[in-house]
Amino acid sequence: MKLVRDTSLIFQRQMQLLLRNPVWILVGIFQPVMYLLLFAPLLKPALGVRTNAEAYEIFVPGLLVLLAIFGGLFQGFGLIAELRAGVIERSRVTPVSRFALLLGRSLRDTVSLLAQAVIITLLALAFDLRVFIGNLMLAYLMLALISLMTSALSYGVALAVKSEDALAPLMNTVAQPVLLLSGILLPLTFAPGWLQAVADWNPFSWAVNGVRALFLGDLGAPAVWQGLLIMAALAALALAWAARLFARSVR
Amino acid sequence: MIETRGLRKSFMSRQGREKKTVDAVRGVDLTVDEGEIFGFLGPNGAGKTTTLRMLATLIQPDGGEATIAGADLRKDPGEVRRRIGYVAQGGSTWDDSTAREELVLQGRLYGISKSVATERANRVLEGFQLSEYADRKCKTYSGGQRRRVDIALGIIHEPKVVFLDEPTTGLDPQSRAHMWDEIRRLRAEGMTVFITTHYLDEADALCDRISIMDNGEIVASGTPAALKREISGDVVRVGVSSPARAAEALGSADFINKLETHDDSVRLYVDEGATAIPLILRALDSASVPLGTIELHRPSLDDVFLTKTGRSLRES
Ligand SMILES: Nc1ncnc2c1ncn2[C@@H]1O[C@H](COP(=O)(O)OP(=O)(O)O)[C@@H](O)[C@H]1O
Ligand SMILES: [Mg+2]
Repeated sequence: MKLVRDTSLIFQRQMQLLLRNPVWILVGIFQPVMYLLLFAPLLKPALGVRTNAEAYEIFVPGLLVLLAIFGGLFQGFGLIAELRAGVIERSRVTPVSRFALLLGRSLRDTVSLLAQAVIITLLALAFDLRVFIGNLMLAYLMLALISLMTSALSYGVALAVKSEDALAPLMNTVAQPVLLLSGILLPLTFAPGWLQAVADWNPFSWAVNGVRALFLGDLGAPAVWQGLLIMAALAALALAWAARLFARSVR
Repeated sequence: MIETRGLRKSFMSRQGREKKTVDAVRGVDLTVDEGEIFGFLGPNGAGKTTTLRMLATLIQPDGGEATIAGADLRKDPGEVRRRIGYVAQGGSTWDDSTAREELVLQGRLYGISKSVATERANRVLEGFQLSEYADRKCKTYSGGQRRRVDIALGIIHEPKVVFLDEPTTGLDPQSRAHMWDEIRRLRAEGMTVFITTHYLDEADALCDRISIMDNGEIVASGTPAALKREISGDVVRVGVSSPARAAEALGSADFINKLETHDDSVRLYVDEGATAIPLILRALDSASVPLGTIELHRPSLDDVFLTKTGRSLRES
């Protein structure tokens, strides 16, 4: 099928370029590891839990969701560089599927996110975190959906604004409230009622609740399927929107 | 090979708080024949790129029609894409990729299988004398090499028509000459080449036919020679020590449309310099006027542009 073929072409190309850049890989792994090693130990007293394992059960899901959101949101910068180099225009004069131009790139972002997630999980295992493999796979699925959504969103905005100067403040404006009002880093259990009410409107707080439930081994928790459903719907919306922008004129 | 009727495009542009409509292309009719190098000559902002981008399916025309290589631009843009190549003005290569990678990828985006794309990439790399650098990253190339990769990318799928937007802008004279040879080679291989340029000499030397564009409209079309012939004849400048005597000897000749006397020369406006010069020499000789120098000025495309627009292309 043409879409599959075209998507894999774009994906392979993007992966190849990503792997060619060792600096990026180092940063992409180093950063989350620092979070894990330096930030997490402060959590045990803050969260009022007794063991490292308990602290990581709460913190690691938040960290993973955070990475998925931010990793995705800032992919648009790469696309603007490609726009400027003329690579996108060059692709658009060919009969290649416009959806593939987007999907190939978003899948690259998702794969690189999952690679980070695996590294973090392995490290956390070393710190006594325990999680069932099946639950872990579902958690990764949630992360993949988040990453697809945020990277598509970022690509769409990049195509619409076409300049880094406009993209940076926009993405920060989105990321800040999402981060603060979702209980991603710290659960909102102790937050005042109004903050919890606001967080209910933040789709990512559903996602992070779902991932936490999975890490706690609570597969049956409604947060799991609710989070997955919301993320899947939003990812589909974001992909459809950004694909339209790829099909429309660029520059 | 290409036929357009009334092609139009306007852009909304924002200047401060005000919104303004820019009529970038205001009704372009043109015909490009198979196997020719057709040129769009015009100053910056004339609407050349916008026209090309419409023909390459990158932007939708606001009005008008076009058929390209037998495919209808409005009804079947997908088929147009398959049949044409397009090389943008600003380049199209990625710094960290190699020319070979870019070429194989581009071929595959056109639906060509990996093995065929690889083989074609080898062939065009050879053709464009790029084999030596093929596996180096694009950021290490010179301007001329990188431009040749752009063009190679535009023809990897062996299109019937290729659009080259300002293929030589920014190149040094040697690379430009090289590029002209490459473009002529494409024509020799049977491709129809549509270039844009703001260089007079390029339009003159390279193109079989041109359209001169200004302000979104075509102001003149034809072969460079015919366009120049159309506007005025040639000027012959005869350097003599006594212009008055020369003027007397030539004054009554009917092949001279107009005669101007200057300090040390006379200027003669004639239809065809090549046939006028022997007659001039003979007339001066029989009147025993000693000849200093003789120069023939043929009208340039800039004179054509000046006549049609009231401005010189060099200045705009
Ligand atoms: N995307 C755009 N938005 C607004 N104005 C544009 C856009 N593209 C081109 N223009 C305007 O249209 C006119 C023609 O531009 P262009 O086709 O690039 O000219 P040329 O290629 O002959 O230099 C210019 O005035 C230019 O500023
Ligand atoms: Mg231009």
